[in-house]
Amino acid sequence: MSATLVTASYVGATILFILSLGGLSNPETSRRGNLYGIIGMIIAVLATVFGPSVAAKGIPWIMAAMVVGASVGLYAARTVRMTQMPELVALMHSLVGLAAVLVGFANYIDPAAGGSYEGAAKTIHELEIFIGVLIGAVTFSGSVIAFGKLSAKISGKPMLLPARHWLNLIGLLIVIWFGARFVGAPSISAGMLPLVVMTVIALLFGVHMVMAIGGADMPVVVSMLNSYSGWAAAATGFMLSNDLLIVTGALVGSSGAILSYIMCRAMNRHFLAVIAGGFGTEGGTPAAGGGEAAGEVFPILAPETADLLRNAKNVIVVPGYGMAVAQAQHTVYEITKHLRDNGVNVRFGIHPVAGRMPGHMNVLLAEAEVPYDKLKEMDEINPTMSQTDVVLVIGANDVVNPDARSNPSSPIAGMPIIDVDKARTVVVIKRSLSPGFAGIPNPLFAADNSLMYFADGKKAVVDLIDALKAAR
Amino acid sequence: MPQVIGVPRETAAGEKRVATVPEVVEKLIKLGFEVVVESGAGEASNFSDETYRAAGARIASNAEALWAEAGIVFKVRAPSPDEVTRMPEGRTLVSFIWPAQNPALMQQLAAKRATVLAMDSVPRISRAQKLDALSSMANIAGYRAVIEAAHHFGRFFTGQITAAGKVPPAKVFVIGAGVAGLAAIGAASGLGAIVRANDTRPEVGDQVVSMGGEFVTVNYEEEGAGVGGYAKVMSEAFQKAQREVFAKQAKEVDIIITTALIPGKPAPKLITADMVQSMKPGSVIVDMAAEQGGNCELTEPGQVVVRHGVTIIGYTDLPSRLAKQSSTLYATNLFRLSEELCKGKDGVIDVNMEDEVIRGTTVIKDGAVTWPPPAPKLSAVPPAAKAAAARPVAAPKGHGHGGSGAPMPARTIAIFLVVGALLFWFIGAHAPSAFLAHFTVFVLACFVGYMVIWNVTPALHTPLMSVTNAISSIIAIGALVQVAPPIAAAAERPEAWILGLAVLSIALVAINMFGGFAVTQRMLEMFRK
Repeated sequence: MSATLVTASYVGATILFILSLGGLSNPETSRRGNLYGIIGMIIAVLATVFGPSVAAKGIPWIMAAMVVGASVGLYAARTVRMTQMPELVALMHSLVGLAAVLVGFANYIDPAAGGSYEGAAKTIHELEIFIGVLIGAVTFSGSVIAFGKLSAKISGKPMLLPARHWLNLIGLLIVIWFGARFVGAPSISAGMLPLVVMTVIALLFGVHMVMAIGGADMPVVVSMLNSYSGWAAAATGFMLSNDLLIVTGALVGSSGAILSYIMCRAMNRHFLAVIAGGFGTEGGTPAAGGGEAAGEVFPILAPETADLLRNAKNVIVVPGYGMAVAQAQHTVYEITKHLRDNGVNVRFGIHPVAGRMPGHMNVLLAEAEVPYDKLKEMDEINPTMSQTDVVLVIGANDVVNPDARSNPSSPIAGMPIIDVDKARTVVVIKRSLSPGFAGIPNPLFAADNSLMYFADGKKAVVDLIDALKAAR
Repeated sequence: MPQVIGVPRETAAGEKRVATVPEVVEKLIKLGFEVVVESGAGEASNFSDETYRAAGARIASNAEALWAEAGIVFKVRAPSPDEVTRMPEGRTLVSFIWPAQNPALMQQLAAKRATVLAMDSVPRISRAQKLDALSSMANIAGYRAVIEAAHHFGRFFTGQITAAGKVPPAKVFVIGAGVAGLAAIGAASGLGAIVRANDTRPEVGDQVVSMGGEFVTVNYEEEGAGVGGYAKVMSEAFQKAQREVFAKQAKEVDIIITTALIPGKPAPKLITADMVQSMKPGSVIVDMAAEQGGNCELTEPGQVVVRHGVTIIGYTDLPSRLAKQSSTLYATNLFRLSEELCKGKDGVIDVNMEDEVIRGTTVIKDGAVTWPPPAPKLSAVPPAAKAAAARPVAAPKGHGHGGSGAPMPARTIAIFLVVGALLFWFIGAHAPSAFLAHFTVFVLACFVGYMVIWNVTPALHTPLMSVTNAISSIIAIGALVQVAPPIAAAAERPEAWILGLAVLSIALVAINMFGGFAVTQRMLEMFRK
């Protein structure tokens, strides 16, 4: 395959990738979108392998590596539970980051790759390697920590070192200084030390950055790491002068960045504030109970909840991370189906940052076979709240906290919420009165129109469906 | 030694309610009390002695026997002077008292060294809501008011188109959107009527709408919420504007239900004789404030009268007309109070004057009058001004998909442009042309990504992330070209190292590539209509 043919294939692959992202704009075309992505990837890989830059003796190695990777990847994709999607995605980001680091190192130690550059071109090339490895390393360690936090192997609480902004700044200065040493390095072996030191600092920075971010901000982190993995690919593309890598990396990078931005806006938080870390560190002392939301809570049990639901005309279910943890989505769907069969209008109200990943709730409910046109976004569902008889809140907390609307000193003030408190009755299924991930009390629980159904999420919904069926 | 709760038969004429019901008797016994019910106490609300006995209560043959035995007496209406005379000293009485209206009764009870908890004096705070008997009775009264109105009204409430002609829906105007008013709005709109409501407190507008009513405002700025979420007396100018609104409504509507009360004051006269005269013949007014003198000038408390062709209902016993329901709710309120009084569940009450709820409810403690209580610590309804001040925090921003969201402020754009221009100038001035070509591609790709992603629905954010993640495995190409570049082996080229690193990268990326696409496919399969 000639070099021109390879370039033409790359252009085709690029177009397919763009179509792939475009296809995801709505559920109808999304499967086709994924198919475009697969075809694009196949074209790109085949064109490279059979192109002029890979000699025949490398093909067995490539085959072997591919088969190993593919079997692990396919196995993981088949067995992962939908509730674990955030972890899986975070883990996969880390692989891209690690690959970027390895490719960067391999490229640097290869004299054949860098030898042809002179002057400014050489400096730029070295900078490209440096930046590629830097981004890759941050992506890698950040994603590993995010994976740990999402799978609860590491505490979800933000870990805040004293003077953490200064630590980051010092790290950055060291990186810049070694960057200068690296670019000026006379030989490959002389440049190795700065490169390794920088990599270590970048790894530490990635760990530190994600450790400082609270669980409620996880959707932002996941999409931000997604963005980083794209930038890492783009930097590698610059390093190798490969336009396909640059374009694809930039596509992924910008899409991740926009997704993070959308997430931040959904929480009414500034992007930098999320990155700088520490949810609830500013504004008051939320963890101190904040007066534990004055008022009395009204406990309720399954039979009463079933009665309420059966006698309602309009019901909205607001799911949150608690539903995912309890694996309750199938039973929730059964409840809604039962109600719908009995003439109750049931819809789901999905907050953009419910769960631990953008769109997490949609995926879970889709898995439970809830038709996607029953899932309503916050902006769609809020105006209908006052006509809603019963809202069933399952495992959601901060996204329905009316303090965000009414209490300017609350750490989540101004965050758009689902206005469940405006419905006639709210039933909150929750294990206890403990605050949510953001660690702030929720006055909703003590509101006049809300009832608390204390139980483990899974048990609660199972009891509820039994009560619903029994009562007929 | 558990204390005995006694429930006598109500002696007031026409009173059908009873202070406890069999269901609640069981719960009281679980709290450790003994319960004695006077024979026939529940008859008027359809609870026989037998059902009380089945629930675990003893039956006292007459009031004397009951009063002699019971340390605590639960009643509905305030005791008559006769009853108090019969009452032994040092007892605890729980009932409606209305201490402001009944100073003589208070004197008499104090002389008996009684401890009296007045169910009408329960403080209006969130914690005390479950024992707020005024609310539960008002709720019933509001419902019953609509039923009474329907009974005297010669037409359907709901509009119908029948073979025999078209029926317009009834128009109901509710004055005062407290608990009773809201219940009336709900009941009337449930029957199909067009319901409008007015209240001096603008913040209840949402509640009116939520019950199916339409909120009619008086165009005059004045804050109407007094202490404890009750209404207060309004200024003369406001009252004038209000009267104009009411006069207009009176001409239009078929039914007026008035619930306007101001604590400790006679009910405001809102519906004048002229307004009654302007109403259509056959219209109905239900004056729920009749006991406090009535909101309508022509109301006769306790009576139904017809004036100018308009039926004016002045019943003062609306809750009693739904005796079984109101007895059950009232009994539950009393049970909640008992829970508060008997935290130890040992059947012994403790009138703890440190507790805000019990302090407010207790009007006489061991013969000493403790009414009125100190002002409640917080109002049930937050002042509207504060709520309004908090509002701007929640600057509602549209979710950007479909368009590009709100435009950025001009200054931000200008800063971006300047920084961008400097950056481009720097790159253009220093970078070699090969780099610039790549750079062009890079910048354009960023914009393409930006444009494409704005259109993705939030529902697909997770598949989007996993597909972009899979696509970012394109980095494999970087590793592929390093495995075996077609160049002569140079001496100093660390062949093995490069090969190792590259093969490892390929394997890692392949996990991502295959796994990412496969899991995306799996997810997308699940999205269906």
